Amino acid sequence: MVDKIAYPVQLIQPDGLRVFRPDYTSLVRDIRPDQLRDLYEDLVVARRMDVEAVALQRQGELGLWAPLLGQEAAQVGSARALRPDDYAFISYREHAVAYCRGVDPGVMTRMWRGCAHSAWDPSSVNVTNPAIVVGSQGLHATGYAMGAHLDGAEIATIAYFGDGATSQGDLAEALGFSMSFNAPVVFFCQNNQFAISEPVHLQSPVPIAQRAAGYGMPALRVDGNDVLAVLAVTRQATQRAREGSGPTFIEAITYRMGPHTTSDDPTRYRAAAETEIWKARDPIDRMRRLLDREGLLGEEFLARVQATADAVAARLRSGTVEAPDPAPLDLFDHVYSTDHPLIDEEREQYAAYLAGFAGIEEALS
Amino acid sequence: MAQEFRLPDLGEGLTEAELVSWAVEVGQSIELNQVIGEVETAKALVELPSPYPGVVEELLVVPGATVPVGTPIIRIATDAATGEPPARTPVLVGYGPEAAAESKRARRRPATAPETAYPDGRRPDASPAARLAARERGIDLAVVAGTGPSGAVTRNDVESHTGSAEPSVPSERSDDSETVQRETRTPIRGVRKQTAAAMVRSAFTAPHVTEFVTVDVTRSVELLGRLRDLPEFEGLSVTPLSLVAKAMIVALRANPSLNASWDEENQEIVTKHYVNLGIAAATPRGLMVPNIKEAQSLSLLELCRAITELTATARSGRADPVQLTGGTVSITNVGVFGVDAGTPILNPGEAAILCLGSVDKRPWVHEDELAVRWVTTLSVSFDHRVVDGEQGSRFLSSVAAMLHDPASLLAHL
Repeated sequence: MVDKIAYPVQLIQPDGLRVFRPDYTSLVRDIRPDQLRDLYEDLVVARRMDVEAVALQRQGELGLWAPLLGQEAAQVGSARALRPDDYAFISYREHAVAYCRGVDPGVMTRMWRGCAHSAWDPSSVNVTNPAIVVGSQGLHATGYAMGAHLDGAEIATIAYFGDGATSQGDLAEALGFSMSFNAPVVFFCQNNQFAISEPVHLQSPVPIAQRAAGYGMPALRVDGNDVLAVLAVTRQATQRAREGSGPTFIEAITYRMGPHTTSDDPTRYRAAAETEIWKARDPIDRMRRLLDREGLLGEEFLARVQATADAVAARLRSGTVEAPDPAPLDLFDHVYSTDHPLIDEEREQYAAYLAGFAGIEEALS
Repeated sequence: MAQEFRLPDLGEGLTEAELVSWAVEVGQSIELNQVIGEVETAKALVELPSPYPGVVEELLVVPGATVPVGTPIIRIATDAATGEPPARTPVLVGYGPEAAAESKRARRRPATAPETAYPDGRRPDASPAARLAARERGIDLAVVAGTGPSGAVTRNDVESHTGSAEPSVPSERSDDSETVQRETRTPIRGVRKQTAAAMVRSAFTAPHVTEFVTVDVTRSVELLGRLRDLPEFEGLSVTPLSLVAKAMIVALRANPSLNASWDEENQEIVTKHYVNLGIAAATPRGLMVPNIKEAQSLSLLELCRAITELTATARSGRADPVQLTGGTVSITNVGVFGVDAGTPILNPGEAAILCLGSVDKRPWVHEDELAVRWVTTLSVSFDHRVVDGEQGSRFLSSVAAMLHDPASLLAHL
């Protein structure tokens, strides 16, 4: 699978026509009409959720949000290739991965609202919480995978990161360790063309996937806006991991159609003409064209998808605006898994500090 | 129940933002997440989605105003009423909450005639904008022929009605309203406000000097005529402005002090080794000076194309902030209005601005005889703190020489 990494794997063209690739098509042979429709629904729901969260940030309900617009297929395709006992280590933009892993949309925004350290229990859904640290996901996934390997568990871990993260030392170490220890990791790079404002060609003069060659790691490129192709290559890579064949590097070529985060203005560093090119490769449009060509698109189906998406968005909104503010002393919970004398001391000090305000409030009222 | 939407912190740790425009008006029904306006922060221009569905009750901030985070900017009447009087709750699409809106207007315009009672007991269908326009003009909606859906009266209907009806009812207007109409009071905001501030700042910080030169540009006019026939230039506006721009960029190489700025804070003169060429354009939103980035590296053809695109986007009101900032030197073309010459005010932060007058056939001494030649007047204003008379004069005469004989431009291409 290493030889022609310059040619990304594609199973659906932007116009919705299938591509003849027996080697990869065989990996998604079980994706029948119903499963195709489910994938389409996931894509639409992911985008709808994202739109709602951006609106919530603009309305002052979230401190920040990293929109995934344009990257739905890369996330849904890879997440749907995972089994329940596989483990995903995500960065800050993988809202669709979290959704596909079964995270309740009602809690998805908690970290972004600043009302919880951790939005969900990672081990209940085998997906970590959003992490702003760039590149750490590779190390965490490698460590977890090595542990699982030692335990004899036949699972895969997957590390999500972007093109910019491949320039980080953390990721270099992760690639090296995972190869040395034959760790069952999939390094899933969403090359969305920008490390915030830095275009990818300034990060690497060669395709990002080629960087894996230095570690002796098999790598391939996939059309990241083609949900079926992403599903196929991720299935192949996770299968290699589970069989004990070691790590794989996947570069999913996609495009971040929105800003880096809600604090960013992409018009300052990229031209509208470029965005137009990628609009024609929109992952959702492509899937809809495929369904249409294959006669799987009915009004009833579209209405059902829209209703599901709206319901998920409504759940995300109500979960956000109704999220309770944490009690100040909750700050000390979950720092250690067991009681810790230093934490206990700090908790008491802070409680005493807070108690000092009680008298003031009474005096003022 | 009325909800106020307070300006949120749209970046991380921003303290204020400028309201650029409203996308909704008072009385309009809006949905959850419908875009209500645009806000510009120090980081980005962003659209604001409404956090409430309902009817816009009041816009609390005028466009162009910069307000601190936390300021209420819009009030929206929502259906989520608990103790509201029932009369206001059934809000139909397209109708404002009448009681609130009218009491407010009544305070502002006590002279406005009350609305007539309609024979069939109902008011004619009309959009809120049309109602406002009718009220402002004192027109009874019942006499306006509606062309909207199901015969609803639109704002256009009201406006065209005003036009036709005014001459027929001149004496009905009181003296009072006539005096009102002799003056129009326009709030200073948006582009006008920014232009004014920029001009005042420029005029009273940079000591301006303006020089003039009148030059025979017949050869340039002939050259432009030939360029227009070339297939490469098809569809582009090949005008004296493009040639002047090229000549100016070339002349700046020998006179870099005109492509500079005065840094008061650091007590330094910043000489730029690139040219971001500003072109003053009259647009529907007012005066804009979008600039062509890195103009020093553009060929004449690329320059023509850039000017054509730049003025088109500026006129359509779509110039983005990148195009409007970072200019290093500017051109203003008053010649298009048939004017001989001007003494332009510097675009703030720049050291020079060239003004192109109209290019006309005039009597001119050519080869010791009186001849009819294409002649124009160029002027340049410069910041005398940065540029001395010598450099300013050399620059202007150099531009003039290149326009007099455009063949000399070839030496620099």
